[in-house]
Amino acid sequence: MVQMARRGRRVMAGAALAVAGTLTLAACSGDTEASEPEGTSSDAPAAEELTPVSVQLQWLTQAQFACYYSALDQGYYEEAGLDVTILPGAVDIVPIDVLTSGGADFAISWVPKVLGAVEQGAAVTNVAQIFERSGTLQVAFADSGITSAADFAGKSIGSWGYGNEWELIAGMQANGVTLDDLAGGSTVQQAFDMNAFIAGDIDAAQAMTYNEYAQVLETINPETGELYTEDDLVVIDWNDEGSAMLQDAIWADADRLASEPAYEEATTAFIKGTIEGCVFAKDDPQAAADIVTAAGSTLGTSHQLWMANEVNKLIFPSTSGVGHINEDQWDATVSMSLETVNPEGATIITTEPPETAYTNDYVDAALEELEAEGVDVFGADYAPIEVTLNEGGE
Amino acid sequence: MSKRAAAVLWGIAGVIAALAIWEIYKALGPDEGVVIGDVTVLPRTTDIAMPHTWDVLARLFEPVTRAAGADVLWWAVLQAAAFSLGIAALGWLIGVTFGLGIALLMQRWITAESAILPWVVLSQTVPLIAIAPLVRRWGSEITIGSFQWENWMSVAVIASYLAFFPVAVSALRGLKSPPSADTDLFRAYSASWWTTLRKLRLPSSVPYLIPALRLAAANAVVGTVVAEVSIGLGGGIGRMIIEFAATASGDPAKTYAPILGAVLIGLVSAGLVALIGVGLRRYTRGGAPA
Repeated sequence: MVQMARRGRRVMAGAALAVAGTLTLAACSGDTEASEPEGTSSDAPAAEELTPVSVQLQWLTQAQFACYYSALDQGYYEEAGLDVTILPGAVDIVPIDVLTSGGADFAISWVPKVLGAVEQGAAVTNVAQIFERSGTLQVAFADSGITSAADFAGKSIGSWGYGNEWELIAGMQANGVTLDDLAGGSTVQQAFDMNAFIAGDIDAAQAMTYNEYAQVLETINPETGELYTEDDLVVIDWNDEGSAMLQDAIWADADRLASEPAYEEATTAFIKGTIEGCVFAKDDPQAAADIVTAAGSTLGTSHQLWMANEVNKLIFPSTSGVGHINEDQWDATVSMSLETVNPEGATIITTEPPETAYTNDYVDAALEELEAEGVDVFGADYAPIEVTLNEGGE
Repeated sequence: MSKRAAAVLWGIAGVIAALAIWEIYKALGPDEGVVIGDVTVLPRTTDIAMPHTWDVLARLFEPVTRAAGADVLWWAVLQAAAFSLGIAALGWLIGVTFGLGIALLMQRWITAESAILPWVVLSQTVPLIAIAPLVRRWGSEITIGSFQWENWMSVAVIASYLAFFPVAVSALRGLKSPPSADTDLFRAYSASWWTTLRKLRLPSSVPYLIPALRLAAANAVVGTVVAEVSIGLGGGIGRMIIEFAATASGDPAKTYAPILGAVLIGLVSAGLVALIGVGLRRYTRGGAPA
């Protein structure tokens, strides 16, 4: 600060600085509190023997990541010999960039988003496909006249962009609708909320089954005075339309997999713990939702439970064991990535991804260990629960 | 004294007027908002777009969520606001120190001014969303002994990045503001650069500095909130805004709570800077406003 000549002034400036300093201290202590919930469990008996690893999520703490938070809370990672730190995502955090720059040991991301990065030179490998099904929908009101992607022509169609639009565009292309056919000549940029859809600015909005779709169902329909119901809405599910692409997968550093045996071991252990977490969340979605809330999510309780339940549906029943990458699905995602043209006229990738882009080596090893321990990694008899959403997700 | 009471009354009247305008427009404005051509010039008046002011207020006294042990909303907002304010204050402090340092450097050596000033201006044209992830990434690679770079430090750095600019530019102007008659006098007495700085340049830069400090405070607050959103620091107002966006249609009143928190931070930081202004009042008497 400026050195003042007069002592009296100095005292005043000092007082102002002291206030600022106190606030600074408050910032420091506040942070330790804030970072506590996602971190290490306090009563780890033999922390020295555990391998510290971190995983970068693609969004804020929410039940979408129930597998990881459950595994951490239930001690599955610890049993697998890992001390896991979960790093929540944010608006400008690209998980694969964090992974390749060494900021995390593993990253969670959608496959088509990463394929583009792989072609740009990112050395990463999909080591476990946690979500077998796509959670992306395009939602319209029942009275909009939209029943399939073929009806999108002339309508305003919302999308979040940033790589979230590929299934939508692929689905439109399969139905002979191009971006030029849409109202405004392209998709409409959608915010994090569904207000534009409910207000009618967007005819068909992008929505995840586990999040934005529920947001609509948590809103009062002014015409009835009750919450919107599923009957008020038309849902276009890309799984049914054939343009579903692979979503949440665990990505590892391909170079480290090739050179560090310890990292390979940690990869198998991390997948194993995660799958156990998924099985836990399947068997007790309420407990999983509570764990995520306790980890710092401020989503409403019914919304959180809905999310946990919907995420279970994307994982179970599992065709080849949770996390195993099914070749046909991988190939379908790759071929759509080669053919789908985005608003800038580019495809996600121009050539087939390298062999290192995915491997089942680690997930199969993890599945084998789990099955030997008697864990049901298929969930063939899985049945989702019924979740009643309350206003505002409360 | 009565003057001060009047000022307080006018302040309260201003807040009430703002609330009244909100409610009156909501009551009388069209549901679809005022649209000219395809452009909406005034917002929709539905309960989702514009919840009643009293609903927003009432929501503050309900818990954040129904989860067991959830805080009351106003308390959660207050905690988040204090957290963000602390980081903003640190960012402001770093920014002001850095800004003053650069200004002194530029005043001392004319070469430094020609070399640095364009960069100072350029620095502000780089969008925040481009810098934020970079700062976080570079920071995450810093480990010195037991010191580990934390995410909140990145946010403070980003806040300081926005805060230093007005200080650097205004302080430079202020330091150069003494008329040549004054500087000539100091030279005639063969006063050192340091003495001239202490007795002449710094005191005359104060009237330029005070508005710059205020601007820096506003920038630091904005920088903190945006950087929190950008790099995902939990615990502050920025993150709360994003988290609550999920209830924008189902519980619209809730989304306004962190915005009120941001307003609160702005008021408190403006107040703190005003305190500094009071301390430096002697130097502003009769001085030219910047």
